Amino acid sequence: MRLRKRQRALLVLLVVALVGGATALVLAALRDSISFFVTPSQLAAGKVEPGRRLRIGGLVEAHSIVREADGSIRFRVTDTAAAVTVHYKGMLPDLFREGQGVVATGVLSADGTFRAEEVLARHDERYMPREVADALKEAGYWQDTARGGGAGAGGDAR
Amino acid sequence: MTVELGHFALVLAFCVAILQAIVPLVGVARRDPVLAGLAPAAAAAQFLLLTLAFAALVRAHLADDFSVLNVYENSHSTKPVLYKFAGVWGNHEGSLVLWVWILALFGFAIALAGRHLPMSFLARVLAIQGLIGAGFLAFMLFTSNAFERLYPAPADGRGLNPILQDPGLAFHPPMLYLGYVGFSTAYSFAMAALLEGRVDASWARWLRPWVLAAWVALTLGIALGSWWAYYELGWGGYWFWDPVENASFMPWLAGTALLHSAIVLEKRGTLKNWTILLAILTFALSLLGTFLVRSGVLTSVHAFASDPSRGIFILALLLSAVGGSFALYAWRAPAMQGGPTFAPISREAALVLNNLLLGTATATVFLGTLYPLALEAVSGEKISVGPPYFDATFVPLMVPLLLALPVGTMLAWKRGDLAGVLQRLGLAAAAAIAAALLQLALVDPRAPLAALGFALAAWVVVGSLSELAGRIALFRVPLSHSLRRLLGLPRSAIAATIAHLGLGLIVVGITASAAGRVEKILVMRPGETTEIAGFEVRLVGISEVRGPNYTAERATFEARRDGQLVATLHSEKRFFPVERQMTTEAGIDSSLLRDLYFVIGDRNGEGWTVRLYVNPLVFWIWGGAGIMAVGGLLSLADRRLRVGAPARLPARGLVAGTRP
Repeated sequence: MRLRKRQRALLVLLVVALVGGATALVLAALRDSISFFVTPSQLAAGKVEPGRRLRIGGLVEAHSIVREADGSIRFRVTDTAAAVTVHYKGMLPDLFREGQGVVATGVLSADGTFRAEEVLARHDERYMPREVADALKEAGYWQDTARGGGAGAGGDAR
Repeated sequence: MTVELGHFALVLAFCVAILQAIVPLVGVARRDPVLAGLAPAAAAAQFLLLTLAFAALVRAHLADDFSVLNVYENSHSTKPVLYKFAGVWGNHEGSLVLWVWILALFGFAIALAGRHLPMSFLARVLAIQGLIGAGFLAFMLFTSNAFERLYPAPADGRGLNPILQDPGLAFHPPMLYLGYVGFSTAYSFAMAALLEGRVDASWARWLRPWVLAAWVALTLGIALGSWWAYYELGWGGYWFWDPVENASFMPWLAGTALLHSAIVLEKRGTLKNWTILLAILTFALSLLGTFLVRSGVLTSVHAFASDPSRGIFILALLLSAVGGSFALYAWRAPAMQGGPTFAPISREAALVLNNLLLGTATATVFLGTLYPLALEAVSGEKISVGPPYFDATFVPLMVPLLLALPVGTMLAWKRGDLAGVLQRLGLAAAAAIAAALLQLALVDPRAPLAALGFALAAWVVVGSLSELAGRIALFRVPLSHSLRRLLGLPRSAIAATIAHLGLGLIVVGITASAAGRVEKILVMRPGETTEIAGFEVRLVGISEVRGPNYTAERATFEARRDGQLVATLHSEKRFFPVERQMTTEAGIDSSLLRDLYFVIGDRNGEGWTVRLYVNPLVFWIWGGAGIMAVGGLLSLADRRLRVGAPARLPARGLVAGTRP
């Protein structure tokens, strides 16, 4: 039975080492690589310091899209109460257009524009990114039709 | 009419499932062979009924029966036939029909193949399968009925999300579900073993083919999904650590651990409780995946529905399945007798290390996937955990796993000789160092991580091959003797080598495509030329094309190297008028060494925004996954693992003896 005890002690030691190592990795990673979601209103209120990784969400403001010669793009994201200018170089999602709900991940620069590394739009006509819907609700602007906004009354037939 | 028949069959299947869950257990408790013997018949009946229901739904989709709500919401008369068929499971309700049908398929297969199992054990396994089926059928009938009618019937449907209109969709979900649901067998076997209060090597031998089958299917399902994401989303990547991807990856990791711990149980009769726990956990993670994907807590292309009552129902199913099994485990597991001990340096210990590393990796993925959800539920704060988190946690855990892999395969059972094994791994070590040096000297001296990746891949590949070479005494005896030895090896041994080779190739693909990817975004006008990674790329022109249910802008690119035409690529931006939606079709020229991957974006003045990628060795990732699956299938074909093997054990010696 002594052998079994030694075996168990070794196993426990190994597990403790592994779990400890993994926890350290997880904590370090969580500190550096998570991004908080903020709304344009929160940005406008100056609640966010530049340099942190963030996700912002809202609607693409009408007539705000400017395409630069180097292939990058500028547009404003609004939650109808406030808006923030986003600068992005990369491929836009298929559903990107004015009035569309988008979520952008990136960093707020010192001049107040948001440098996006990734821009996502809702996946199809029927759904709105949940964060965007919540941001719009917070700003006091929400149409239920935005969610069921596709074609027909199928969603109501249930 | 067939729709009502399908609905009726679904209701009947629900009743049969309840019978299947209760009667056999009563039969076992009362030692009544008639009641216990009802289980296989019930499993067969359930399979028949669900096949009927599934066929009825397929027929409604193929026949454009828009009086069915499910067809109306997810189909359209102009949709190509393949997508009408695949669209059956391209939505919430239909995918659940597929889910329970596969569950019934597995139940039926166990009933057929398990005739050699002890009657009480088989009855209990099938009862648990029936219980799972009853839960999901109730979920479908009460919250997500695919057969709901719509009156008056609309003239045409709303169409299917265009990014799902892809051949990959025809195969990805069924494969994934075969894997997810396949692990229900492991769960049922574990629960039955706990109810019996007995776990031994033969239990592991019964379990392994089912776990293997599920694992192969899940491997292929995940690979197909990642391939689909690669060519359909147009982002140039193959894995995004998206919660939905993680939902399928967690059961895969746990299932892989289960596969390995079952070997220890089968060969050495130890790690009993751990294997049972893993079997429960693997299926629990499959259920969690279903919950995450189907409940609408995640917004993604897979979250078809965000009806909160559904989410609560699945959550209740998940909690009762996990809670019930853990309670049973806590009650019965301590009574299990421990197996024989083993030294810290032994095959058993190596497989324990494998399990610990895979388990920890699963936990980090779990945390990264669920932490944002939990935080939002608790504090309302919205965060997202992206790829950097997983790169920083999951990847470091894979390094010791890959390091230990070839060593573990060579160690002897019970007590191994580490020095001897390391000596036999000299060639693998040399290959690893050579791979690292080659990368540093020839490709990029500033990429130590890439060098590490290639070194690990070479270590795994050459190490696995050395292990096989050692077994057949390659170059130590005449070649014909080695060949005879190779043919005489159990298939599962060769299978393990092949699966580990596949893993090595995946590591090569991941490392190369992460380190060597070249990307360029620019605005190009028709006729313009640009240069990327030694290729001269010309945008020949943009034309309008018409598909069956879409129109597209098609860009034609020519890629040249040293003036020679290498490939002509077509990238499209498709517009689907029914769904009023755009999709991107990347133009891809795939080869063993590199993929050219061109995407066309929006119009920008005179030109178009285009994004060009050169992804080296990216095909190896899917190739490696395919090879892994081949390894699993080969192991499945091992005589020893055929279901009912215990009854045939004496025969096995006979057959081996008569082999030429």
